Amino acid sequence: MSTRKAYYTKKIKRAVHLLFYRRHRKPGVKGWELRKALGSDYPKVLKILDKYLKALDLQVKTVFEEKKPAGKPTLEQLNKARFCITLRGELTPKEAKMMGWRIDDLAGLAVTIAHVISKKGKVPRKEIEEMLSDKLPGWKVGINIDRYIRHGYLTQDENEQIYLDWRTRTEVDQKALIDLILSSET
Amino acid sequence: MQPKRARAKLGREKLQRIIDMCKSVEERSLDPFLLDIDEVISVIKEYFPEWELPEDLCLDAETIHHLASVIKLQSEWVKHRSTSLYTDPFLLEEKLTRISKEEIIEIFLRTWHPIVEMEQISLHSLAQAIKYWKGLLPLNERWKEIAIEKIEMGLATREELIEQRILRDKAFSEELENFWQELIRTVEEKGEDGRIRYWNFVGAETYEETVHRAFMTSFLITYGYATLQIYPLEEEKFIKPYEKPVNKIGEKQLVSIPIAITVEDWMRWKKGELE
Repeated sequence: MSTRKAYYTKKIKRAVHLLFYRRHRKPGVKGWELRKALGSDYPKVLKILDKYLKALDLQVKTVFEEKKPAGKPTLEQLNKARFCITLRGELTPKEAKMMGWRIDDLAGLAVTIAHVISKKGKVPRKEIEEMLSDKLPGWKVGINIDRYIRHGYLTQDENEQIYLDWRTRTEVDQKALIDLILSSET
Repeated sequence: MQPKRARAKLGREKLQRIIDMCKSVEERSLDPFLLDIDEVISVIKEYFPEWELPEDLCLDAETIHHLASVIKLQSEWVKHRSTSLYTDPFLLEEKLTRISKEEIIEIFLRTWHPIVEMEQISLHSLAQAIKYWKGLLPLNERWKEIAIEKIEMGLATREELIEQRILRDKAFSEELENFWQELIRTVEEKGEDGRIRYWNFVGAETYEETVHRAFMTSFLITYGYATLQIYPLEEEKFIKPYEKPVNKIGEKQLVSIPIAITVEDWMRWKKGELE
């Protein structure tokens, strides 16, 4: 094995340990942490790891602190960003059930996220409760919203306004979700 | 006088209504363009000359503050409409109410890429944990009550204090002087060019004695009885005694040089590998 290859193999192993095992309350690792552990060429290590993960239907996801930069991100933007491993492809409803999500709860989450996006990212909790209670039993509505908040999909301020939180920004392709809902035949 | 007071009262009511309207736009996510900014500004301007009391001026400032928030919301609204994420909320709401559970699930699963994370324990950490558990004393042994022995009060003798290692049998300065003399003698006997290799001086039969000698040597250097010569490339260290103690404090910047005295290094020195 060439020295260069051995170098990157070692770095990739270390990156896998850092990215797969949960280290903080929120999953994922900050760019500056990766730089500290893997060295300044960590974006290259992640790129190689991403190629490896493609075969496993996984990917290295970069979540920028602010809006996703239009061009190539700067090193400073990468250092501030959060990196995590997400599924690359799609899940089947059966697989989603196996992950501990009831279909009703997942549908409620999808509708809530779409609703918040359509209202420019901010909706009163009451409005979401009313919308969900149309198809979910009343006692379950509050529990579900609290669960979405606990998991990091939504967040709520002191005025009971609901916003999208870090997990939605990481896991959900918001534009595709809205496009697919609008183009549905219903 | 009366019409002026009545007019001020009317003005306060109008400003309060504007504040309430702005608040409802901010809190209930209403369309910020529902508020006619020009009209609101003309009302604020109209009543501004009337305000004399600090409370009224505060109310005026509060109105401006809330109005600024609404203008900011208007700007965000325009920005959002120009992005690709904008959709007519009514159209989307309509779709969401009609869409079936199965269909929304199908759509969501096409756009959802959940985070993969592991929380399981590894075999290595499990082995470490078992090792720790085995070495852990039971609680009744760890939290034993300390039996306090009752003893008579009395005076301790100097010998007793030396025995308990509270006092040393020699004063520190005396011990340091003796150690310096030992360094001079050792350099004369075993040294070269008036100096000796660090380990050849501090190294002793036991590890404890070696640590003690290294400790004393550090004081010899700090107090100007000797100097340390370090050659980083060759990884060599020498101690050179001075003929007379030199006071270096205040003359130039002093530096601290940490030297690790590990058991491994001591054993290597014993085997003659560190000379």
